Amino acid sequence: MGRVVITGLGVVSPNGVGVPDFLHSIRNGVSGVRFMPLYEELRFNCQVAGQPVFEWEDLKKYIPETTFHGLKAMGIGYGIKAALDAWTDAGNGIESDLPRWETGCVFGSSVGDTEVVKNVINRVDIKEARKLGSRIVEQIMISGITAYITARLALGNRTITNSAACATGTQAILMGYEYIKQGMAKRMLVGSTEYVDSYIFGTFDSMRILARKFNQYPEQASRPMSSSACGFVPGSGAGALILEDLDFALQRNATIYAEVAGGSTNSGGQRNGGSMTAPGSEGIVKCISDALRDARLSPRSIDLICGHLTATAADAQEVRNWSLALDRKDDDFPMINSLKSMIGHCLSAAGSIEAVGVVLQILHQFVHPNINLEDVNPEILKMVSADKLPTEMVKKEINTVAKANFGFGDVNTCLIFSKYNQS
Amino acid sequence: MDRREILDELKKVLTPYTENKELLAGITEQTNLIHDLKINSANLVDIIIDAESKYDIEIDLDSAEKMTDIKNCIDVILEKMNHKA
Repeated sequence: MGRVVITGLGVVSPNGVGVPDFLHSIRNGVSGVRFMPLYEELRFNCQVAGQPVFEWEDLKKYIPETTFHGLKAMGIGYGIKAALDAWTDAGNGIESDLPRWETGCVFGSSVGDTEVVKNVINRVDIKEARKLGSRIVEQIMISGITAYITARLALGNRTITNSAACATGTQAILMGYEYIKQGMAKRMLVGSTEYVDSYIFGTFDSMRILARKFNQYPEQASRPMSSSACGFVPGSGAGALILEDLDFALQRNATIYAEVAGGSTNSGGQRNGGSMTAPGSEGIVKCISDALRDARLSPRSIDLICGHLTATAADAQEVRNWSLALDRKDDDFPMINSLKSMIGHCLSAAGSIEAVGVVLQILHQFVHPNINLEDVNPEILKMVSADKLPTEMVKKEINTVAKANFGFGDVNTCLIFSKYNQS
Repeated sequence: MDRREILDELKKVLTPYTENKELLAGITEQTNLIHDLKINSANLVDIIIDAESKYDIEIDLDSAEKMTDIKNCIDVILEKMNHKA
C-alpha cells in the first residue's frame, strides 16, 4: 500500500488569512472571535462570531475576471482562496490546457450560499425569476465550491463534494487519503469551506447551544474544556491540503510537510446515547481505535490530541472517550488542545482548518495553546493532568497527532497525522 | 440612438463577460459573441438581462435567441426601443 503525504496548505481562518498569519496566530494564542453589531440588531442571544478578515477583491488574483463577475457566495470565495493557495504552496502551476487526470478533489460544504438563495426567493416572489441569470445555480448547489476549484485547476480525477456536518472537513481529507492509498488517484486537493451568514447563525442560535454570556468580551467567548464553557461560537472560513502519493511527491521533488498515517469515519447509528445532535461514545471510541489500526500505530504513539472540543457540556465526555480509546489517563494522557478556543467552531470547515493547524504543529514542532482555559472543568481534571492542557505554546517533539471531529447525525471522523519519516 | 452608438454601449455591457479586452475593442456588427469573443454561451442570458436593464426594455425569449452576433443584438435592441417609443 502506498503512503500518502501532505505537500501543500491553504487557510482562510478567523484568526489569520494565509498560512503565515495563521501560524503566527496559533503560536501566540490570537483570537479571531469578534463582536457582530448586526447580531445585536437581530436580537440573537449570541452576538459574537469567528469571521475571517477576507478581502473579496483579492479573488481577482485567483480566478478570471469573467468568473469573478457575478460571484457572490462568500463560502465559495473562501474555498477558492484556500484551495489555490494550497495548490501553489505545493509548488504547482495553475494553468493547464489539458485535464489533470491524476489529480482529484474532495471539498466539503454544508449548505449552499443562503444569501444567494435569499435573492432567489425575493426575485421569484415578485415574479422576476427571469432576471436571476445564469450564475445562481452554481452558487447554491453545494458542489459549487468543488466545481469552481476543478474549473480553475483542470482537475480530472474524481471530484466530489462531501457533507457530514461538523465532520465534513476531516472526512474530506480521509476520502482523499483513501483514494490515493487505493491507487485511484496520485494527488488529491482536499478541504472544506463554511460561511455562517446571519440565517445559518440564527438557526443555531435558536437551538440555544451558542455562547451567549460573553458578548461584551468576544475573545473570551470560545472556552473549550473550561468550567465556564456555555456553548460554541460559530466561525467561518476554509482550509485546504494537497495530499499526494509519496512516490509521486518524491518524483517531482515536492517539499513534504507531514504524512497522513491513517483514519476512520463511522456513525454511532444514533443509538446508545448517540442522537441527531449528540455523538454516542461507543461510535467515537471505535472510530479512534479504527483510525489507529488503519495507521498501524499504538495508542501510546500519540503525542498530541487535537480534539473536536467545541466548548459545550460534551467536552468532558469527549475527553473521556479519548481516554477510553487510548487507554491513557492522568500523567499518561497526551497533550490535548482545541483550536476552537481561538477561532470558534467553523462547522464544516472546522476539520480542514484544524487539520492545517495539526500539520503546522508537526512541521514546526510545537503545541498551540488553549486560550480561555483559566478554569478547567473539574470533570476533565479527574481524567487528565493539568499540564496536559497547555495554556501557553509548548515547544515539544511531535511525531504523531490524533485529530477528530464529530457532527450532527452522529457522524465521527478521526485522522492520524505523522511527522514525515523517510524510512 | 443609432447603430454606432448602440455598438459602443454594447461593448460596456459585454466587458464583464469577455476575457480578451482587445478583441472586444475591435468588434464590428459581424462579430459573433461565442465564436469570436469566446463568451460562455450560458452567459448570453446575463448579457440579455443586463441589456434589458440598460435600455429599459423587455426582450422576449424568441428575440433573445437571435442575439448571438452584434448585428442581431443591435437589431433586437433597436426594435424593442422603437416598440417602447
